[in-house]
Amino acid sequence: MKILVGYKRVVDYNVRIQVKPDGSGVVTEGVKLSANPFDDIALEEALRLREKGIASEVVVATIAPADAQAHLRNGLAMGANRAVHVVTSEAIQPLTAARALLKLVEKEQPQIVLLGKQAIDDDCNQTGQMLAALWNRPQATFASKVEVSGNTAKVTREVDAGLETIEVDLPAVITTDLRLNEPRFIKLPDIMKAKSKPLETLQLADLGVASGDTLKTTNYAPPAKRSKGVMVKDAAELVAALKTKGLL
Amino acid sequence: MSKILIIAEHLNGKLNPSTARCVSCAQAIKAAAIDVLVLADAPDAIAAEAAKIAGVSKVLAVANPASAHALAAVYAPQVVAAASGYSHVFAPSTTFGKDVAPRVAALLGVAQVSDIMSVVDAHTFTRPIYAGNAIVTVQAPADQTVVATVRTASWPAAAGGGSAPVEALTLNVEVPSHTRFVELAQGSSERPDLQSASKVVSGGRGVGSAENFAIIFKLADKIGAAVGASRAAVDAGYVPSDLQVGQTGKIIAPELYVAIGISGAIQHLTGIKDAGTIVAINKDAEAPIYEIADIGLVGDLFKIIPELEAALG
Ligand SMILES: Cc1cc2nc3c(=O)[nH]c(=O)nc-3n(C[C@H](O)[C@H](O)[C@H](O)COP(=O)(O)OP(=O)(O)OC[C@H]3O[C@@H](n4cnc5c(N)ncnc54)[C@H](O)[C@@H]3O)c2cc1C
Repeated sequence: MKILVGYKRVVDYNVRIQVKPDGSGVVTEGVKLSANPFDDIALEEALRLREKGIASEVVVATIAPADAQAHLRNGLAMGANRAVHVVTSEAIQPLTAARALLKLVEKEQPQIVLLGKQAIDDDCNQTGQMLAALWNRPQATFASKVEVSGNTAKVTREVDAGLETIEVDLPAVITTDLRLNEPRFIKLPDIMKAKSKPLETLQLADLGVASGDTLKTTNYAPPAKRSKGVMVKDAAELVAALKTKGLL
Repeated sequence: MSKILIIAEHLNGKLNPSTARCVSCAQAIKAAAIDVLVLADAPDAIAAEAAKIAGVSKVLAVANPASAHALAAVYAPQVVAAASGYSHVFAPSTTFGKDVAPRVAALLGVAQVSDIMSVVDAHTFTRPIYAGNAIVTVQAPADQTVVATVRTASWPAAAGGGSAPVEALTLNVEVPSHTRFVELAQGSSERPDLQSASKVVSGGRGVGSAENFAIIFKLADKIGAAVGASRAAVDAGYVPSDLQVGQTGKIIAPELYVAIGISGAIQHLTGIKDAGTIVAINKDAEAPIYEIADIGLVGDLFKIIPELEAALG
């Protein structure tokens, strides 16, 4: 079976993002970009399914500006067989991403689509669910364990109440949570090998998807600051301070 | 005029408090109606609870054996059928709402606003991005249904004491059988619930082991607090994943949050920014947690916690 992996490039999780003083956006110039950590986990899971002999091919896809090729090469270096780059110069919203991914799904006919549960830039947590809806297929979100057997997958999900297990018929969309696996590191020889792996380029405009980018962002602001705190010298002082505040 | 439909979250026949928080958010929009939709196999008791939330106009109860468990693929087509005539569909931004709302939005062919922090007007909201390091104002089109999740930590639970009418509703929608519930392994529920507790004591990697976490639980029990954890503590297997607080775990707003052996990474801080009072206990005086703590105490947690217990009497 084939697995399609959504592989988004985002501002690295270690960067403390700054809002531009005029509220028109956040500063992204010169900022380090990396794969969305949840997408690395998605790719890792796909590779493990291939190593177990369950999947035969892993395709990584991204919808991003033309300069995201190096990012896709990283996905290939990690071990994906092929890459698909849907090129767009504009940032797109989840509904558009889901519609574009559906086009890839129709073309590639994967049995499993693996995506991160959220991208750590817009923190939307929508694309996988939207794709599953448009595709009219099951969704297993926030996965911490995936077991594929035959035409079904048993997925354990990290939910607020604990761990929920569901069974889905394939094809299905699975979105990853942090505990699913620990992504492998890319080794130097793999970077060399990745250079010759197939990387297909498509234009978003050519896919014939209606734009779902209907939300207009009118302002960016820094978060409210908390006022400066105090230091106490020992446990007794801490308890006294909490009692004064009526918290104990 | 806006008409708002709130998808009720419930488990084991009980309404989740996140529903009353969605009602608060809906009240910030001057709506003509705020209705609550209860999808369940046996919705009556849950609907009766929802009817008591002040500000609710009407509760719609849809009994369906297929809705015994909150499967997004089963709920979404029912929500879509019930949503006709509504200008807004809200769900809490809990794992339940995050799972189902985008599926509803996509079926309706509309965008979703995730994690509403505040309401500017009926179509304009603020929400966090980049782990809460920026707050954006987003405007949804006025001619489309607004599907949104409500950041529960930003909204108090609406008061009780209401008496909204409950209407039984039958929806003629086919629901898929391709997604099946297997089981739910729930943590122990003797302690207060992390998402609604007024006090939370959290432990991080500094606690060192699952065994050592017993001291965090003991302290929490002593002051009647829920227990939380950093990602590092969960990843290391000290505690189960449903205790994770932060950008990709639970976003909480207790009156008191005590962070013990937690460094204060941005991903953790975004989960606690709305807490009333933040206390940090860490042996590293330079730890970033002190940048947002209201009260800081530098020292070894294994020495401080017993002293705290003694001081508490
Ligand atoms: C995609 C992504 C999502 C993430 N989501 C989350 C999230 O939702 N929530 C979250 O918490 N993190 C999240 N993280 C992880 C985050 O970046 C940090 O790695 C994590 O929060 C660190 O946990 P910690 O503070 O317990 O551990 P550390 O950073 O290792 O800090 C341990 C602290 O304990 C202190 N300490 C050690 N021993 C003692 C002692 N004896 N007494 C007192 N203090 C002691 C140390 O001084 C140190 O400050 C995410 C990361 C990524 C990449």
